[in-house]
Amino acid sequence: MMSTDLRSAMGEFKVHRVRFFDYMPSGIRALAFNQDTERMAVARMDGSVEVFHCSDRFFQEKIIPGREQFGIEGLSWVGERLFSAGLNGGITEYDLTNQKVKYTIDAYGGPIWTIAGNQQGTHLAVGCEDGTVKLFEVNEDNIQFERNLDRQKSRIVSLSWHPSGSKIAAGMMDMIQVFNVETGHSMHRMLADRGVGTSRSKECVVWSVVYLSDGTIITGDSVGMVKLWDDQTGTLIKSHNVTKCDVLALSVSQNEDSLVAGTSEGIVVQFQFVSMVLGKDDKEWVRTRTFRNHTHDIRAVAEITTAVVSGGMDAQLVVRPLLDKIEERSAASALRKIHFPHRRLVACARKSGLMLFQYPGHLELWRLGESEGKGIPGSSLFVKRNPEKLLHLKVKGEDHIRCSAVSPCGEWIVYSTASTLRLYRLHCDNNNISITKISKLPKVLSSANQLCFSSDSSHLFSASAQSSVHLVSISQSGCKFVGTLKPKSGSHQAIHLLAASEDGKWVASANSDHEVHIYNLQTRKAHCTVPIYSSAVTAMGIHPATNCLFMMHADQQMFEYSIEQKQYTDWSRTVQRKGLHRLWVERDTPCLNVMFNPQNPSHVILHDMYMLCIIDQSLPLPDDKTQFYNQLTLKSLTEEQRKSHSHAFKVCKTFKDILCVELMPDQSLVVVERPLEDIATQLPAPIKQKKFAT
Amino acid sequence: MLYIYIYIYIYNIVRCGGSKVNLRPPIISTDSRFLLCASGDLVKVYSTRTEEWLHSLQGHTNQVTGIALNPANHLQVYSCSVDGTVKLWDFIDGILIKVQLVLTHFLTLFGLCVSACPECFQLVAVHLPKSAEQEVEAKEMSVVSSHISSNPSCTAFGRGGEYIAFARHLQLNVYFFRKQKTCSFSLKATDKKGAKNAFTCIACHPTDDCIATGHEDGKIRLWRNFIHKKEYTYSTQHWHHNAVNTLCFTPEGTHLLSGGIESVLVQWQYGAGNRKEFLPRLGGSILHISVSSDGQLFCTSHSDNKITVIESSFKVCGVIQGLVKDGVLTDLMIDPRSKALVLNGKPGHLQFYSLLRDKHLYNLDIVQQEYIYEAGLDQFEVVKAAFDIKGSWLATVEERGQKSSDLEFFLKLWAFDERTQSFVLNTTITAAHTDRIISMCFSSSKETTMLVTIAEDGQFKAWCQGADADTQQDQNFWSCDFVGSYHNLKPTNCSFSADSSLLAVSFQEVITIWSPETWEMLTTLCQPPGVIRDLCFGRLSCSKYLLGTTTRNLLCCWNLLTCALEWSSSVEVSKLQPDPLSENVAAFSYQSKHTDVFVFKPSEPRPLFTNKNVCSEKVHRAVFVPREEPLNNCDESSQWLNRSQLYFLTQNMDLLTFSTATEEDRILSSSKQLVIDDSVAVTPFYLLLGKHGQQQQKLNTQSHPALLHTPAHVLPAASVLCSMFVNSLLISNTGVQEEMDSEKEEEDSEEEMEACDSQQELRVQGSVDEVTLKLSKAQERELKRVRKTDFSWMAGLIDSKP
Repeated sequence: MMSTDLRSAMGEFKVHRVRFFDYMPSGIRALAFNQDTERMAVARMDGSVEVFHCSDRFFQEKIIPGREQFGIEGLSWVGERLFSAGLNGGITEYDLTNQKVKYTIDAYGGPIWTIAGNQQGTHLAVGCEDGTVKLFEVNEDNIQFERNLDRQKSRIVSLSWHPSGSKIAAGMMDMIQVFNVETGHSMHRMLADRGVGTSRSKECVVWSVVYLSDGTIITGDSVGMVKLWDDQTGTLIKSHNVTKCDVLALSVSQNEDSLVAGTSEGIVVQFQFVSMVLGKDDKEWVRTRTFRNHTHDIRAVAEITTAVVSGGMDAQLVVRPLLDKIEERSAASALRKIHFPHRRLVACARKSGLMLFQYPGHLELWRLGESEGKGIPGSSLFVKRNPEKLLHLKVKGEDHIRCSAVSPCGEWIVYSTASTLRLYRLHCDNNNISITKISKLPKVLSSANQLCFSSDSSHLFSASAQSSVHLVSISQSGCKFVGTLKPKSGSHQAIHLLAASEDGKWVASANSDHEVHIYNLQTRKAHCTVPIYSSAVTAMGIHPATNCLFMMHADQQMFEYSIEQKQYTDWSRTVQRKGLHRLWVERDTPCLNVMFNPQNPSHVILHDMYMLCIIDQSLPLPDDKTQFYNQLTLKSLTEEQRKSHSHAFKVCKTFKDILCVELMPDQSLVVVERPLEDIATQLPAPIKQKKFAT
Repeated sequence: MLYIYIYIYIYNIVRCGGSKVNLRPPIISTDSRFLLCASGDLVKVYSTRTEEWLHSLQGHTNQVTGIALNPANHLQVYSCSVDGTVKLWDFIDGILIKVQLVLTHFLTLFGLCVSACPECFQLVAVHLPKSAEQEVEAKEMSVVSSHISSNPSCTAFGRGGEYIAFARHLQLNVYFFRKQKTCSFSLKATDKKGAKNAFTCIACHPTDDCIATGHEDGKIRLWRNFIHKKEYTYSTQHWHHNAVNTLCFTPEGTHLLSGGIESVLVQWQYGAGNRKEFLPRLGGSILHISVSSDGQLFCTSHSDNKITVIESSFKVCGVIQGLVKDGVLTDLMIDPRSKALVLNGKPGHLQFYSLLRDKHLYNLDIVQQEYIYEAGLDQFEVVKAAFDIKGSWLATVEERGQKSSDLEFFLKLWAFDERTQSFVLNTTITAAHTDRIISMCFSSSKETTMLVTIAEDGQFKAWCQGADADTQQDQNFWSCDFVGSYHNLKPTNCSFSADSSLLAVSFQEVITIWSPETWEMLTTLCQPPGVIRDLCFGRLSCSKYLLGTTTRNLLCCWNLLTCALEWSSSVEVSKLQPDPLSENVAAFSYQSKHTDVFVFKPSEPRPLFTNKNVCSEKVHRAVFVPREEPLNNCDESSQWLNRSQLYFLTQNMDLLTFSTATEEDRILSSSKQLVIDDSVAVTPFYLLLGKHGQQQQKLNTQSHPALLHTPAHVLPAASVLCSMFVNSLLISNTGVQEEMDSEKEEEDSEEEMEACDSQQELRVQGSVDEVTLKLSKAQERELKRVRKTDFSWMAGLIDSKP
């Protein structure tokens, strides 16, 4: 950890620059795009499934944590239902409302390599290690095994339905089989060539297959070829040598005029179905663009309406817009790389200077270091006491942690997995640290979607099913269920954000249907509901002085809602009327925390992955003509000139790859960084490539 | 005093030989036999098989800027020029068919024309009117686009001429003729990765709607679907590490050829991603690529004024080398043996160029190191060279690191090897001087050869062969004989007198005269102010004079007998060039932005010849080239051109000369003679055969050309034809009678042959036309030998046939 003096034109902060949170994002294994709801489901190596909202700036709406030994190999949407299958041999359906696994059934075919649903939404097909393609009927609330297609000798690696649902193409070792779904018999058997030279002895794995409505089957294999086959004759039409390594993933656009292939070199190659002579209909698949945004294997690609989404071993989700499909260039159509989850993984006990880091399988509690004296702005301070790791708390059971919290006083730690919720009390006398598990928890605290302590650490808020919040009082003697806060009406989506007021009167909850409910804690009743905005809430906070709820949305809009008056504040209306600066709106990561400076009530502190921002509500808002990032300009001006040039947004870009920023009561900031370079060094080595001039 | 008279003159200053052949892409005729390229005011026609220059299409009065085959008749070619005309030629016979006057400066020619206005370049469609007249004025013009790149390779016709694609900076435009609509696509100037996206060249696929564009950073993009404003698409290929200079599709569209500064011809397989083939080490950077219509021959133009003919199997089958004039550092020199012009050629080489035949003879590798074609590298280059008077020695200086402080240079001496007929390295002197060599000259005496070098370290050194007694070797190496200096002044030039009895070395303002025998300084001459620039001794009757020019615009002439200044004149002389065959000295003077030429004898103050405003640039290099046979020009003012011809190189690297009227007539007549029957490939054998053919046609109407033309399967049996054919090849110098006895000649003695020769000579004298047909004795003997060859094996062949 380093401590830095940070002085902007707006204030002076001592900064704890924390770099000891070794958060490691997990590699992306599968992608599934739902055209109707515009949701992208992402499966990671650790078994977690995330749902991104494609038209809402790719906000990570839902996270379903994984489990140990739960590798997902394939994802498939059937209507609005999401299924996954993995090497443990089971097919899992997810409960997206409550963000948890609904059920898992065994397919009894050994490890499953691939899963595909037909467009009609009636059947699921899975490809198994034992060489069978198993068909499952999708019923109202479960799936049921229907039958096997002709059993093959080698494992089924990839599957694709013909859009009519009558044929299935299956990629295997060294060959591609086309099945008639009616009869279950193989119609064609097409042999994929092995590589030349030494790779001749290695079998060719058909990693990915795509079946087009015109009967063309496109395959990507481990020899590095993208091959086009005709399903009428079972013959090869054309082959493109894309790479020397493997072609791991293929995806075709909805109207079947574009195809993307992801390779293990980390490049995405686009093929387009274009007419060779303009104005005529004889079209051919031609290799066109190449996108190089990954450093490692690309395990999954998906072509959505306006962009190519790819993910792989380097754990980043890259959204590369296709400019020819976009009507108007805007912030929504920029290249987007998603590295970190859009949730907070760090909790901070403000009063005691403790940090709680949430890893998938454990929690870590650290005490912040201390530094000496004051330095000149921008300089590093001498660290008097090093930060200290107090606790390493392993999760019981196989489930990964969904959410966790530490009380402001630092006495209580709580976490929840999909199945259990555990509350611990921390004893800290001198250097002896011990924790005790609070045993008798109320029954309502069986699992939580989000957890939050009240500011005086006397109550715990636990968001659970049906968008309700359970209120539990905690004390030395034990914990007691107080009541349940339920919204008057609205959806039952899981709550992903909770915010309690400083004075203990109010608590606000936000769910994935963009609803924000405010509850009065004294009456334990719903107080009001903030008008629903079209974009998801990414962060919110209740102002300690005015009790206004400040909300940040995924489209970078901000709202301030007066709880007492049940209406938007004047400042919020001014912001909406005047509009935000273009550069602010074009930022591509959501704000993840809203803080207030008790010393200066007009200041709101926000942060996203790339910057830290202080909004001074007393200053005029910038319009599109003013210079937005004006810190350096202001520095060079005199005191009087500064006033005329300054505007409400003070952006600090000193810190990068920020996971969390928290304001401590002693006016110091804690900035938790996780440099992407550090993540890159911990990734496995990529495929060695010859680079020019090296 | 030197008086200057102004006459407006009489001689033409001619841009002579060695014009650029790489200005525009060459074209290959439909039958792949001829290669046409624009070269100066001419269109030159070469044979693709023998690389021989067949003839040129003469008629334009200014730079030819574009050539294109007539799509209606593949034996005709259109050419356009800066003189504002489009001409149609029959390129096989070299006949001008039609002239179309268009009052614009053409930059290049497509099916349309690009015209160049001084500021902006426009793409103009010119309607060429159909008319029987030879000279027609084309008035109908329509502007296709008024903003195109000045580089013609940035414009290309699309499939079947339905559209034209042209690029400028970062924008690609496609104009569809049928719809009269332009689609434009632009790229960003750079991106995060530092790509430079400016367009450098364009090619269109012949059958598909695909446009290939080359870019400054070496990328090649293939554009498709460009009919749509938004849904256009392109794929990118990247191999070249520097700008792509040219792109070309093969006629079937199966391959795309690209070339750039790397001088590697890259062949991309169309539609197969990045599968490609390379042909490396072609010489200078590739400027243009063209392909014959059957796709069998490629040809590349290179920056070193060269055209390479390449077979489609990627084998170089011919090189047409023009005079390399870029980066000339040496003086212009004449090789005394071959009378070839010698100057810098390929990097690190000296080129030998025959001015008479306008043909590159050979390159002499001086540096003997691999040259790396990459910008910004400091590599060895030949900076000085000198021949001795007999042409048996060549001295060269190569240098590296002029810009940086660490200068490296070598002095090399090359001996002419009679056996291999080329120069062989004799001595390499690594540290001839402590600083760079300014100038050097060989002594002109016939007995001993001596080289004097002067360098910036203030010394001059004399080098002699075999003076070193220590080395007990047979070979005679060069070593230093004498080191001289004068008051530590920096020498500026040196010169030997015509008989090598005196050596003049100038040190700043002072000229010192030395005797090479005793190395004794005889006298000093001085005419301040001004540092001496050029020095030369008078020749023949004027050998008592020494001429010198100074930086302060003074031309001085000293009389060496009196050691006094004879005369001086205030002229700014940039180059003083004595004629080795006469007393004449040519002086190039640069005044008020143009160069004047004076030719004078040191003894006479009146110039023989003056020509004002020869060119607008300074002239630093000139040479007198001895004529093969002197002219008999009685015109007083052109007498100085009788024995040798003056060539000079301007700063724009134009090689210019003075030509007389009689000379031009001669050239014109010779060009007509040169029209060769194209029915047979022009090979040395053909030339030999062709001469005989002509001769025999006179004697008895011969059948053998018909024989050569007729397909084998319609000919009579070989047994019938053989004797006739063989006979037709024989020289029937004594008529039919002797041919009958040809078998008897097997025992003929030398004397009889002598007799035959004399007989032939007698006959030849009778016919004036056949003067040129006289055969040398060696040829005659060779033919005799052929006649004596036993052809009985042929009979055996015939018998074996059923």
